[in-house]
Amino acid sequence: MIEVRDLQVRYAGRLVAGVPELDVGAGECVAIVGESGSGKSTTLLSLLGLTENADISGHVRVCGVDVLTASPRRLREIRGARAALVMQSPQSALSPATRLGVLMRRALRLHGVGSGKDGRLDEIMAESVAAVMLDRAILRRYPHEISGGQAQRFAIALAIALGAEVILADEPTSALDVTVQAEVVGVLRRLREERDLALLLVSHDLALVSTIADRVLVMKDGEVVESGPAARVLTEPSHPYTRELLEALP
Amino acid sequence: MTSPQETTAEVPLRRLLPRVPDRFAALGAVLIVLIVLAAIMAPWLAPYPDEPRPLEGSLPPGAAHWFGTDQLGRDVLTRILYGARTSLSIAVSVLAVSALAGVTLGVVAGYAGGWVRDAIMRVTDVFLAFPALLLSLALAVVLPPSVTTVILAIAVTWWPWYTRLAASVAASIATRPYVDAARCLGVPAPLIVWRHVLPNSLTPVLVQMSLDAGGVILTAAALSYLGLGAQEPTAEWGLMVQQGQTLFTTNWWIGTFPGLAILVTAFAFNMLGEGLRNALDPRARKVT
Amino acid sequence: MLRYLARRLGQALLVVAGVVVLTFTVMRLVPGDPAVAFAGPKATPEELDAARERFGLDDPLPVQLVAYVRDLVTGDWGVSLHTRQPVRDDLYLAFPASLELVGAALLIAVVVGIPIGVLAARYKTKFPDFGVRFGSMLAVSVPVFWLALALQLLLAGRLDWFPVAGEYDSSLDTTSPLTLWTNITVVDALITGNWPILTSTLHHLVLPALVVAAYPTGVIAQMTRATLIEESGQDHARLERALGFGETSILTKFALRPALSPVLALIALVFAYSIVNGFLVEAIFNWPGLGSYAAEAIRSRDTPAIAGVTLLVALVYVLANLVVDVLQGFLDPRARTR
Repeated sequence: MIEVRDLQVRYAGRLVAGVPELDVGAGECVAIVGESGSGKSTTLLSLLGLTENADISGHVRVCGVDVLTASPRRLREIRGARAALVMQSPQSALSPATRLGVLMRRALRLHGVGSGKDGRLDEIMAESVAAVMLDRAILRRYPHEISGGQAQRFAIALAIALGAEVILADEPTSALDVTVQAEVVGVLRRLREERDLALLLVSHDLALVSTIADRVLVMKDGEVVESGPAARVLTEPSHPYTRELLEALP
Repeated sequence: MTSPQETTAEVPLRRLLPRVPDRFAALGAVLIVLIVLAAIMAPWLAPYPDEPRPLEGSLPPGAAHWFGTDQLGRDVLTRILYGARTSLSIAVSVLAVSALAGVTLGVVAGYAGGWVRDAIMRVTDVFLAFPALLLSLALAVVLPPSVTTVILAIAVTWWPWYTRLAASVAASIATRPYVDAARCLGVPAPLIVWRHVLPNSLTPVLVQMSLDAGGVILTAAALSYLGLGAQEPTAEWGLMVQQGQTLFTTNWWIGTFPGLAILVTAFAFNMLGEGLRNALDPRARKVT
Repeated sequence: MLRYLARRLGQALLVVAGVVVLTFTVMRLVPGDPAVAFAGPKATPEELDAARERFGLDDPLPVQLVAYVRDLVTGDWGVSLHTRQPVRDDLYLAFPASLELVGAALLIAVVVGIPIGVLAARYKTKFPDFGVRFGSMLAVSVPVFWLALALQLLLAGRLDWFPVAGEYDSSLDTTSPLTLWTNITVVDALITGNWPILTSTLHHLVLPALVVAAYPTGVIAQMTRATLIEESGQDHARLERALGFGETSILTKFALRPALSPVLALIALVFAYSIVNGFLVEAIFNWPGLGSYAAEAIRSRDTPAIAGVTLLVALVYVLANLVVDVLQGFLDPRARTR
């Protein structure tokens, strides 16, 4: 679903993210780990063409679309509908004056999901919310009236409602309490199994990564220093930086 | 801006450096320099500096009088150049008086805190509850018409903004660790204010002054237009518009050019003020 | 929400009290004897004493202040020196016309200012943005009295598109007299179906309303632009982009509503400012509002009338701010819990 070759993202000539190879298939979960500033979020955003003022080179295919050469219109068609983004700060990622249901309805209409007058729209909305174990009443709420965990699960519900095949999650749990983290991770893992979603996860939390990822990329200062199956990278790291990260774990 | 914001490490250095001054602000600055020069050089620049000299009534703009002459036969361009002196000195005086009074009160309020702060801030609330021009008007009506009246009447409505500004800066400085440390070491309060609070208030106050200058010039012109400010024979733009008013349909140039002078000057200050605010306020910087 | 309202109301009352004290102080600053001003220069000593007695000028200041407040509350706002009518009655007649003018101006300002603000934000740093920034800066820098004279000369005098002055064609008073309900001519003409006066008033309203609208239009456009650009840089705008929304729909569907909240607060500020700006415009267009009244009062140094106008406008200002705070609660759900 995601295919990256020789991706290089530069701001004002400076390389902030370079990824030689990254593939995520349906039902797979790949994690990019690294500390703040390592370029992992930039990599994620560039997959949807959401980096502003950046020079990007290489080849990026997401759901069969060549992101770097696609027209803005084509890009907007895959955004949300096929590849959805889940952001780090759950509440500030939702428009403050818009009820969650209104946001979801607008997004569905935009991509022509559940159109027609047979009431499919409401059905889809209800199903997606139920799939992330939220109450339907949440659709009538404003972002400031819900908790961070609820907001994050709602963001996932948006992806489900739109029928996304890929979820790009940028530190989806780092702003949450430990117990709530487990909920969100649970939802992600279940969806991946049930719906065969491709999941690309950016995180600095190795504990989280070890529970969910199949493969891991370790980034430092904009470059991938190590990559491989999660089980190997996290147990027998070959790069000193990965060892450092692992030793920092409690 | 949607650049990645994991940390500043991902933001290229060039973006953190002060922005290239924006073209609007530059235009404003150039205009202001020209206006100030015109005011200073008025006696040398003015085509007819040795007025009054009675001529044969009001002449339309022409080669001898670019902006025409008024009903007393005085050259309009000459009077506009001299009017720049009046307007600029009013603006400078008002801003100096209000900034001085406002900052003093604000620093006291912000640094002292407690009931002193509450009392001062409540009083500023009352002043800010008035539209500035209204209070200036009411004051100017009861005082004898003169340039001093205008300065006083406007300054009375303008100081509370500086009080608010200085109070918020002072309050934030007063809680900084190094100020705490100084206090614990027994450094007297006035010295702390002098060394830490005032220098930190300077930049926002200067920016505010440049933002306010346009408004002050407009208000002063309005008061003079109403006959509450400068009096004949002083050259003042607002007064000149008022004098040209009755002849506006036939001798349009008498009132039109002084009005344009007000517009250009207020415009220049507003541009510069906005540019400076955008350059210095990181929140506003995102905007342009 | 209720507790928030009560607190806001308390603050407003405090401000009103301060405003009354301030007006009182300003009135006492008058050089010369108010009794002379009222009774006239040729008054006998008895007449002067009577005037002094009437205004309580011999009492100590605090007593005078208390009496002043009592009079205000009971509806005695003093007697105008130039109309010789109770100030309250004068204001009652003049205020609706000002409201009409400023209302029309703010309508223009909102209808023009918000869309061009959106336009500028959508094409930020491009040509439309440049044009809007330049134009709005000109609009806030123009001296209104001069703009009034210039437009009057060009559009009414030279081109004859609009009438030069007045509120409506006064000959209509005999052919189709207006029944007064609210004293706001447009509203009265509308509810009584007086079409000749309605069209005539609207025609007369265009020029002065355009002049008064210049400043609020500029400020609203600048504010809309700035808040929209800030909103579109927020996290949620990134999510909306990631959901496939285009820039225009992000601005109009998501960013505009929260951005309207500061714009609304601005309208309250600008409302009072426009009334005062109207002072400079009304006299030029002979619009029978507070401004014409105040201009006449200023010319004759009519302190009670000035004090009345000042007090009224300040009260309107406080009220407008209060209304805006309540409205903001509805517009921006976050404000309610603040």
